[in-house]
Amino acid sequence: MSAGEGRLERRFEALREAGRGGFVSYISAGDPDRETSLAILRGLPAAGADVIEIGVPFTDPMADGPAIQAANQRALRGGMTLRGTLEMVQEFRRQDNDTPIALMGYFNPIYRYGVEAFSRDAAAAGIDGLIVVDLPPEEDAELRVPALAAGLRVIRLTAPTSDDRRLPRILEGAGGFIYHVAITGITGTTSASADAVAAAVERLRRHTDLPLAVGFGIRTPEQAAEVARVADAAVVGSALVQRIADCLEHEKPEPEEIVESVLSLVRDLAGGVRSARA
Amino acid sequence: MKPEPLNTYRAGPDEHGHFGIYGGRYVAETLMPLILEVERAYRDAQQDPSFQAELDYYLKHYVGRPSPLYFAERLTRHFGGAKIYFKRDELNHTGSHKANNCIGQALLARRMGKRRVIAETGAGQHGVAVATFCALFDIPCVIYMGEVDMERQAPNVFRMRLLGAEVRAAKSGSRTLKDAMNEALRDWVANVDTTYYLIGTAAGPHPYPEMVRNFQSVIGREAREQIMEAEGRLPDTLVACIGGGSNAIGLFHPFLDDPSVRIVGVEAAGHGISTGQHAASITGGAPGVLHGNRTYLLQDADGQIAEAHSISAGLDYPGIGPEHAWLRDSGRVDYVSATDDEALDAFKLCTRLEGIIPALEPAHALAHVARIAGELPSDHLIVMNMCGRGDKDVPSVAKALGMDNGA
Repeated sequence: MSAGEGRLERRFEALREAGRGGFVSYISAGDPDRETSLAILRGLPAAGADVIEIGVPFTDPMADGPAIQAANQRALRGGMTLRGTLEMVQEFRRQDNDTPIALMGYFNPIYRYGVEAFSRDAAAAGIDGLIVVDLPPEEDAELRVPALAAGLRVIRLTAPTSDDRRLPRILEGAGGFIYHVAITGITGTTSASADAVAAAVERLRRHTDLPLAVGFGIRTPEQAAEVARVADAAVVGSALVQRIADCLEHEKPEPEEIVESVLSLVRDLAGGVRSARA
Repeated sequence: MKPEPLNTYRAGPDEHGHFGIYGGRYVAETLMPLILEVERAYRDAQQDPSFQAELDYYLKHYVGRPSPLYFAERLTRHFGGAKIYFKRDELNHTGSHKANNCIGQALLARRMGKRRVIAETGAGQHGVAVATFCALFDIPCVIYMGEVDMERQAPNVFRMRLLGAEVRAAKSGSRTLKDAMNEALRDWVANVDTTYYLIGTAAGPHPYPEMVRNFQSVIGREAREQIMEAEGRLPDTLVACIGGGSNAIGLFHPFLDDPSVRIVGVEAAGHGISTGQHAASITGGAPGVLHGNRTYLLQDADGQIAEAHSISAGLDYPGIGPEHAWLRDSGRVDYVSATDDEALDAFKLCTRLEGIIPALEPAHALAHVARIAGELPSDHLIVMNMCGRGDKDVPSVAKALGMDNGA
């Protein structure tokens, strides 16, 4: 499958044909516990997620703001691991073989797992692409080579600080889509203006034909729609995991309530994205 | 079995910042251009004689270098073996070796036109040094410090605030140095245009481990000259404590290619390696990637970072500088450990016999000296880095010893 079309390519092609932007929905694996998290994961495609980004919990998520930090902590307390994340994806694949899944995480758990074994197991579980936050192009060969051999896409990140001189370096060897970080900052904090996003997308388009997903700071259906108007996809993460945190504030929250609350937000966000170019 | 010796141990890192498999630049893309900019600016400064001249000026007239190499005669007699010398970096302005690096990087930040400085601190020694030079150069600074450390190093928090720094508590995770570093990195990502991140130890993304080592190597260069003057020959053994390892690499680096010099780094064994509550990344950890570099880390089988433990806030970190990781694998430097209790005993002994109150960090180095000195012949020369003074530790030592602070 390494050379051919995968789920990511097919999905972005379908979105292009449908003439709309996509919605990338992030969840932290195992947040707030394995069963609830799996139920959310299973509900995402029907709620309107075009692509799923599943976060591997890590003790030291340096690029993440308070909401995703807390989600990581909840997942770790529940015993979630990298292996456990792959198992969740494997279970999800029994019902859905079309929705692309990108695994997002920090390098240390992958390194500890072993890059060869991880690439093999991730591909076998049904992961399509990898987003490794702290592995810039200069350092990613040790994972990129086995990942590509296993048929995984290496999804590279760009940031407002990635200037025209640096972009070619990032884009060479990139696959699946480009994840553009809209702001200089951590997840779930400030938001970029619509103009800034449009300008960034225009600049990136000059350098690559890969689909462009934009994330960081997108919270509302309106913001998601603004992004999906110009980019190929909008990514929402912190707002969704914050919804879990809010549910947990209630006295004895039922797992079904948490699942329904998160999926209802996903429906709203996906609705925003779908109406963007209408 | 030890690996074959190399021709030189002083050539690292390579152009991408790797010491063997260690080091590197493992940071989010947002930070990559900034880190490349720091490297360019540092290379430029290295070529500029006026930068070195300015650095030398401040080291001499403001920090108070050279620091003395002192023959600790009473401790030597007490152990009845090797001759013990202290490299007195605790006499530096601000009370530790941290000033050597801070002045260098503060000059670099000024040269780069940065209007704001951020830093992480564990024991507060680095934070105090950063706050000091930022006061001197009139640069606003924010210091991140773990909430737990703010409690146990309260005097340093007060000093930083007096110096005009804003001290922000890191409240996530273990609320110690590792979390302070996470917060500093998050701040840097959000303030890329204005801010210089002044890392305090020989770790983090390239070029920091190399740059901090180079600024700290003044310790070893001076010690080399001073021991030649005092004894007419090189020392037989060097001993220094290791958290991130900046004082140690500063002492060790100029001696790495002298095969007759035995070099020992002392990690913090906390309650004991076997209890799991320690900060000995090399003795009790495995290679991994955190905070921008690959190095030995305390971690579990899933690659989650473990919480370190040490009575010394300055050593309470689950990693170590990447050059140390490489020096360990190459067999050039031996890494051992000392427990909280051993460090406390050394702290008390040094205070009583030499009238020097050591910081809890070098008290770990002294604990190892105490272990070996008596077994060595009287013509064996030990140089130990007394890298910080213990005033900041008096309240927590009093607590650990069950003494009423101030009574």
